[in-house]
Amino acid sequence: MRLDKLSWAEFVREAEKQRTGLFDCLLNHEAAQLEMDKAAVLARLSSLLDIMEESARYGLTGVRSNSGLTGGSAKKMAEAFADAEKAESLALLGPLASDAVLYATAVAECNAAMGRIVAAPTAGASGIVPGVLLALKKHYNLGRAALAEGLMVAGVIGEVIADRATLAGATGGCQAECGSGAAMAAGAAVYLLGGDGRQIDTAVSIVFKNVLGLVCDPVAGLVEVPCIKRNAGCTVQALLAAQMALLGITSFIPADEAIDAMERVGRSLPHGLRETAEGGMATTPTAQAWAKKYFGK
Amino acid sequence: MNLFDIIGPVMIGPSSSHTAGACRLGLLAAAILGQKPVKADILLHGSFARTYKGHGTDRALAAGLMGWAPDDVRIPQALSIAGKEGYGFTFRPGDLGDMVHPNTASFHLTGADGGTCDVIGSSIGGGQVKVTSIDGFAVELTGVLPVLLIPHRDQPGVIALVSSILAMHQVNIASMRVFRNNKGGLATMVLECDETVAPDVVHQLERLDPVRTVRFVNRVA
Repeated sequence: MRLDKLSWAEFVREAEKQRTGLFDCLLNHEAAQLEMDKAAVLARLSSLLDIMEESARYGLTGVRSNSGLTGGSAKKMAEAFADAEKAESLALLGPLASDAVLYATAVAECNAAMGRIVAAPTAGASGIVPGVLLALKKHYNLGRAALAEGLMVAGVIGEVIADRATLAGATGGCQAECGSGAAMAAGAAVYLLGGDGRQIDTAVSIVFKNVLGLVCDPVAGLVEVPCIKRNAGCTVQALLAAQMALLGITSFIPADEAIDAMERVGRSLPHGLRETAEGGMATTPTAQAWAKKYFGK
Repeated sequence: MNLFDIIGPVMIGPSSSHTAGACRLGLLAAAILGQKPVKADILLHGSFARTYKGHGTDRALAAGLMGWAPDDVRIPQALSIAGKEGYGFTFRPGDLGDMVHPNTASFHLTGADGGTCDVIGSSIGGGQVKVTSIDGFAVELTGVLPVLLIPHRDQPGVIALVSSILAMHQVNIASMRVFRNNKGGLATMVLECDETVAPDVVHQLERLDPVRTVRFVNRVA
């Protein structure tokens, strides 16, 4: 039984002490924990990236959910951006962030339509990490090996969050699901664009500053509204945090402490705002009228 | 949680507890029955009862009962395929009481040879499941490790007999629980093992005098 909680700062200190570089330090840790070859760990991450790409492709075909409540947004955005004039005038976020939003929406719509996804960190928040990674791949021409490394960095951040706090919306609200997805994606982005462990720490902290308190309030209890838009929005949070960290901005609160703050906020969220569909968006008149119609009650 | 619990599992959406977990619960229930469940009456409780249609929980449970993994792309069509292949699966919302986990299903299963089994289990988050009752007996099964379920007469020495046979065959016990109705009555041993238990070992255990029957439940996907 390990007594200490996992700590991002500890990983960074360990890497600096060993002079191995952060990535090797993380990979050694993971391979030992999984009792796997380092090459096998990276190969498996690479195969998970394949599935993420498939999910995005499927979402981009315009699939709709069982309930009929959501679907088709990713396809609509892709079609709009295929028109050069619209892309010029309506890509308010710039090309990279616009693509991250597009891919995250595609994966989240694939998930809602019972397509195959990689839960990363959860099914409901499965769009953010692939959204950011696939956009970076396109705009920075990143190869598969680099992306697998980025995905591993994201995974280690997720492990730290799972150990210190929670990744479950039912326990910590949406800050724990989409918020954690954004923190993981931000860390991966900083790593892939050449940032160091301290800059990743900063990016994780900035994400939690910006998503703290985000509630989990699915309409009719389904992973659709507002989940799909939150996947889209959290890619922007991830890119914002990564950009600030890469520009040398620092965060006053260390990542580990920001994660602990998220855990405390999660615990103090009322029951109705933790995946019960008894608060927030779920109890708006529109949501309730739809739920009544859909469930026939 | 390890790296591939965080980046993973690969699953059919939309919800790890309502879809992936439901599929694993179906797999585990079928493994407990020990054969193909040709008929299943399934009562859905709590959040399962309220949202099963939208989350495809019924399709995922059916997929699991048919032996499909949580990442099987046929899951959205599981109900129509089950119908075509002659499975008789029925689903109804119900209420198992306030104390029961909100994502719970109660199965009444019938196998091809007419054998039946009642299983109650919950999807406890992140695709993890816990079976809490088999034929009315309280148990705790997660499907992560292979399990031996051994109902037996409550008397001294039964645990020693069972564990010595397992030791002879190099089967390591990872965890063990014993439940009983009343002293000297019927007890049930639940042994989680690190290895699969071969059929001849199961037969040896069955031949022990105080043992009523032995059910081996393999780990599920």
